[in-house]
Amino acid sequence: MTTIDTTDTNDMPPQDPNAVSITINGRTVAARKGDLIIAAADSVDEYIPRFCYHPRMSSVGMCRQCMVEVEGPRGPMMVVSCMTPVADGQVVRTDTPQVKRAQEGMIELLLANHPLDCPVCDKGGECPLQDQAFSHGAGESRFVEEKRHYEKPIAISDLVFLDRERCILCDRCTRFADEVAGDPLISFTQRGNNTQVMTFPDEPFASYFSGNTVQICPVGALTASPYRFKARPWDLEQRESTCTTCSVGCRTVVQSSRDELLRYQGVDSDPVNWGWLCDKGRFNFQSTNSDDRLSSPQIKSGDSFAASSWSDALESVARVIRHSREGSVAILGGARGTNEDAFMWGALADAAGITMRDAQLDDGLPASVFSYPQATIDSACAGGTVILLAPDIKEELPVLYLRLRDAVQKKRIRLIEISSHETGLTKYAWKSIRAESGTAASAIPALMAQADISTQLASGPVVVVAGRPNLAESASHTMDAIAAVVAVAPSATVLPVLRRGNVRGALSLGLAPRNDNDAATILEASAKGNVDCLILLGADPLSDVADVDLARRGIAGAKFVVAIDTFLTASASHADVVLPAAAYGEKDGTTMNLEGRVTSVVQKITPHGTSRADWMIAVELLTLLGHESNFTTLSDIQNAISAAVPGFGSTTTAVAIKRDGVVVSVTPPSSAPTATSVAAPRNSYEFRLDLSRKLFDRAIGTITSPSLENLATEANVFIHPLDLDRVGAAEGTNVRVSNSHSSIVLPVRASSSIPRGTAWVPFNQIGADVRELVRRNESIIDVRIESM
Amino acid sequence: MARLTEENIRLAREIIGRYPKARSATIPLLHLAQEQDGYVTNEAMSHIGELVGASSAEVFGTASFYEMFKFEPVGKYLINICGTMSCALMGAEELMHHAEERLGIKMGSTTADGKFTLERAECQAACTEAPCLQVNYRYRYRVTPDQLDTLIDDLSAGTLSSEIPAHGVVASVRQHIPAERGVGAVAPGLVTENPVWLDGKAAL
Repeated sequence: MTTIDTTDTNDMPPQDPNAVSITINGRTVAARKGDLIIAAADSVDEYIPRFCYHPRMSSVGMCRQCMVEVEGPRGPMMVVSCMTPVADGQVVRTDTPQVKRAQEGMIELLLANHPLDCPVCDKGGECPLQDQAFSHGAGESRFVEEKRHYEKPIAISDLVFLDRERCILCDRCTRFADEVAGDPLISFTQRGNNTQVMTFPDEPFASYFSGNTVQICPVGALTASPYRFKARPWDLEQRESTCTTCSVGCRTVVQSSRDELLRYQGVDSDPVNWGWLCDKGRFNFQSTNSDDRLSSPQIKSGDSFAASSWSDALESVARVIRHSREGSVAILGGARGTNEDAFMWGALADAAGITMRDAQLDDGLPASVFSYPQATIDSACAGGTVILLAPDIKEELPVLYLRLRDAVQKKRIRLIEISSHETGLTKYAWKSIRAESGTAASAIPALMAQADISTQLASGPVVVVAGRPNLAESASHTMDAIAAVVAVAPSATVLPVLRRGNVRGALSLGLAPRNDNDAATILEASAKGNVDCLILLGADPLSDVADVDLARRGIAGAKFVVAIDTFLTASASHADVVLPAAAYGEKDGTTMNLEGRVTSVVQKITPHGTSRADWMIAVELLTLLGHESNFTTLSDIQNAISAAVPGFGSTTTAVAIKRDGVVVSVTPPSSAPTATSVAAPRNSYEFRLDLSRKLFDRAIGTITSPSLENLATEANVFIHPLDLDRVGAAEGTNVRVSNSHSSIVLPVRASSSIPRGTAWVPFNQIGADVRELVRRNESIIDVRIESM
Repeated sequence: MARLTEENIRLAREIIGRYPKARSATIPLLHLAQEQDGYVTNEAMSHIGELVGASSAEVFGTASFYEMFKFEPVGKYLINICGTMSCALMGAEELMHHAEERLGIKMGSTTADGKFTLERAECQAACTEAPCLQVNYRYRYRVTPDQLDTLIDDLSAGTLSSEIPAHGVVASVRQHIPAERGVGAVAPGLVTENPVWLDGKAAL
């Protein structure tokens, strides 16, 4: 969009100096200065054909399809409507014979080299080229010569295939990769008739956002492996929903055929995802279709499980809860479910006197982070300063990374990143400051007092994007760091970036820890034999709790373990009763994203086997435990939520189901702030352990999605190149990483993204498990690295 | 030696310094890489990307637009015979056949000894002198098959090496403008005076 010049004088209505009135096909259209003709036409449903124009990307005028006629001083002239801004009094015609001739000519040119293999093309039926050839084409071609031929399709990444014959060179995918994703790994190569989109030789299009290029491709040139030859668009049924892979809550449309999930597409929600999805969120629906899903309740007999009926399984769980000592039942998890799931489990816990509950697994932040004035994604991206005290946003909340990156690129905000190693946002940061784990809070006062930083902070709003940067570092360090920033910038708002899909909803609707009994405390109590019944509500402590020793002792110490899950996870396999849960796409409800935005999630397919939504299981148990329950449908629960949760108000699905949802203001019960932890001085171990997540790891939803399961990498320990020399190990060789708790062997890699003295290990990759070295009662973890 | 050598990295940094935006140096650096290795290697393109802040794919996209950049080894002497209209009418096809027979290779390939590469070129803007060809971008006009034989003999014998440097060397003598005489990286809008190299002469 062009810059808006507010000094221009004309006879506008005085209330809006940027208002412009133009005429399109005789209709008067209100627009704003800087709008493009094509956007103004869209606003009144005057459709102008287009291929390259995309409202979320800059215009390039590449395909020339959107030619229209504009009245000029020397009569009508043809302009490209995606490159021409509106002007007051402009007269635009989109349907004259001349325009039609130009548009038909463009279609004929674009089709000259197009193979017209629509019958075998996945795009057929939803193809802008096919559709517009019918609606705006001449219907026949004069091109009788041999068309271009290329080897096809070629894999440009693990997920995306390119058919160069079908490509019309609209520049959408390459523009997306460069402008939106910041991964310019594909580019136009060659020239003239040979121009083609290509990667660098042997450097695949390994972007976390590659699936978006498939969605925005206006022809069948880019296809994604999970959907290739799976269905025809006219066989797909779809419902609009919200992705719950992470807590950004991107709007999606869930598409299925014959009761099988087949594809997710991004939907443009202005305050959230702008139509984009990350590849994990786009493709991990495959796990819902996995053959490894739990299909019936399982009761452990001896060392193995036996399938059981729901009534037997639920009765055995109810019996255990009834006979448990007072205060010895615990619920871990719930962040994977819907708001309704969380509310019903919270209600069950309240009714049954279950005080031990936590929706997080000691891998987030205490609910007190919600006590700060809260920011939204839009408010963080609107202007001012954003301070990152967070994990690598690109790895954990990829679409939030797109939004923040966009705000930086458009010079709306400045990022100040305080992190223990370089992240995906480092190169976009105004200041990127390395602070060793455990030292950020104490470094912040001096940092914020620097002249340029304090001037910047005073220049506009300040938003703190706060999450758990290092799983081997106590959450209290991050809470202290947030407090330190707020002490300097008292009007700062906080955008909590806790990772799990509905963690904020679960904490807000009844599954926040009571009386400081967080997950770690619960597992500790369990290890001591004080938990008679441990309910894992879609939680897998053995895979997710950073202190794996604590998780093991906790699970082993529980007298009876109930796992409610979609898969037989590491923890579920230790359970006494396993109840199959309905997965994403198999249940209706609402979810809450990291801003507190409530949107709908929908059921598209029948739940696998006899699996049930979590809320139904809670309702059944409530009845079995002898409590009166009036909940039979989802709307009963939604009404109860509106009545019971202050701040939720009338946000029922009727409101939330709208695309952009509603931001509610619910502050979960917050635990007392954890005691301030001063960074422990270095002991004899010379490396500080930095344990953080990458987008693709061995998480159950990823490894059960065939297209994603190979994207996790081998576990490595990354250290600074000079540290590698000091350790005396060669790149890629095994080193011993040890501390007083344990010792593991990992290949070592040099990376200049890691400061000296820090050892970064990505979480949950293939190979040795660095969590063996983590103990949660130590607020930071130091290790020794020795060559072998 | 695929990435730029230490000497060339120094030169590359100097070239980059002459542009307001580092990316603008991409093409000069591609020439530098081609001069170094005789063709542009993948490693050199990645290296150039690192130096100018572009991805390897972007450097490749730019480089592959231009005929003058080669991505596999070419001979010491690249013979481009023009095949466009005027030259075609004046016997370019015959010349090409003769060249193929003389060197024992097809158009578009390189002799086994790595000395000659034959290419068919589009118009070289010397239609009045058709048929024309270029050896490492040095013109030869109104070339007959006999003259082509003589040219190949001379090139083989090395008698033309002062006039025609090996492929990849754009200029036989590199022009090096000292920094203090260079215009430097100045945004066009800020230029108000004549460039220093005019040395007080009247502006154009």
